[in-house]
Amino acid sequence: MNEPEVAPDLVLDCRGMRCPMPVIELGRRIGDVPTGAVVSVESDDVAARVDVPAWCRMRGQQYVGEAAAADGVPAYLVRRVS
Amino acid sequence: MTYLDGASSEPLHPAAREALLAALEHGYADPRRLHGRARTARLLLDNARAVVAESLGVRPDEVTFTPSGTHAVHLGILGLLAGRVRTGNRLVVSAVEHSAVLHAGQWHESRGGELVTVPVDALGRVSPVDVVAAGAAAVVAVQTANHEVGTVQPVAEITAACEAPVFIDACASAGRLPLPEGWAAAAGSAHKWGGPAGVGVLLVRKGTRWRNPFPGDDRVDERGTGFENVPGAIAAAAALQAVVSESAALGARQRDLVDRLRSAAAGIPDTEVVGDPVDRLPQLVTFSCLYVDGEALVTELDRLGFGVASGSACTASTLEPSHVLAAMGALTHGNVRVSLTRDTTEEEVDRFCRALPDVVARLRREVGAP
Repeated sequence: MNEPEVAPDLVLDCRGMRCPMPVIELGRRIGDVPTGAVVSVESDDVAARVDVPAWCRMRGQQYVGEAAAADGVPAYLVRRVS
Repeated sequence: MTYLDGASSEPLHPAAREALLAALEHGYADPRRLHGRARTARLLLDNARAVVAESLGVRPDEVTFTPSGTHAVHLGILGLLAGRVRTGNRLVVSAVEHSAVLHAGQWHESRGGELVTVPVDALGRVSPVDVVAAGAAAVVAVQTANHEVGTVQPVAEITAACEAPVFIDACASAGRLPLPEGWAAAAGSAHKWGGPAGVGVLLVRKGTRWRNPFPGDDRVDERGTGFENVPGAIAAAAALQAVVSESAALGARQRDLVDRLRSAAAGIPDTEVVGDPVDRLPQLVTFSCLYVDGEALVTELDRLGFGVASGSACTASTLEPSHVLAAMGALTHGNVRVSLTRDTTEEEVDRFCRALPDVVARLRREVGAP
């Protein structure tokens, strides 16, 4: 898989959280970063792989892609565009 | 209790109940023996086969009763593959097939076969172009309509575009929509049309090269295995005949009720109604509510007297989100599938539509949704 090389401006540690909590955390915190900044959602919840991109589509934000945190947990990258 | 999970299992149709009770009394003997009771059982079984054939528009010798829809799917796909063993071993399936199809595919793969999965669009529809692009297939397997989101698949276009024999999983649509054209084998499941559980139907078109992928048996039907469930087959046939005769009127009524459910769900903020709004099964709808826990939603609706299914990970035995929703890129949490039975009333649907917005708002408040 080609990992996007984007340095996140905010990292959300959602390890151990079950759906929909990682997406709720993303919804709560997206406003903490300026437009153009990237939020990384680090989540071991299998639903996050589908639900973070779906949230971006529903909320008009940009899904950048999936990377991996240092411990191998998936990190879903979201750019705030609105 | 308002049962809105008919797509998981439809209550027994009154016609099936009557037939089942009569057949339990008279259809117990071994249909392969030569004595009087056996001839009665055989007559009942042949009658069931003829009724199913007529209801589905196929020949009686193309119909095999199986112990489940899942088993019919396995026999259909693997039997077509066994018939093509000298041609190739590539099985092409869509990403939104029922798990019975995917399990057959994995089984095929674990025995050295090749499995290619074709993606779907945001409505859950597979494109004939993508099926052809998957390369020369030994067998193609595609559903007539999706069991979770209702989207009808372009089966006739796929069968026209493919040289390989096409297996169709008709479990979600049988008795509700006519079978499409051009397929080689098909599967249906009686408890999805108001027949009893434990009866599936395998259809193999005349002239199709099909080989039993399993040990087989020496029963009435060369494709069947084990002692025939004669009462089950009779009841399944009676229910199918009844639902086919009702399907135009019932389908139109269910379509209207589902349109009502769709607009009620779409009216809730941050709620995504999934699947094709028009070219779909008449009886079901699926939607996902952002920031809502699917398990909490099902539990709360149950507390209010509504029985619904969900494709959210937390409600699944596997703890994985629905592969159908995932393949469509649809939101998987806060998911509910509402599916009507033939008895579902307008009043029940309206009561559900009135209850839903408050339930969603309350659950969002409880988790502190943004």
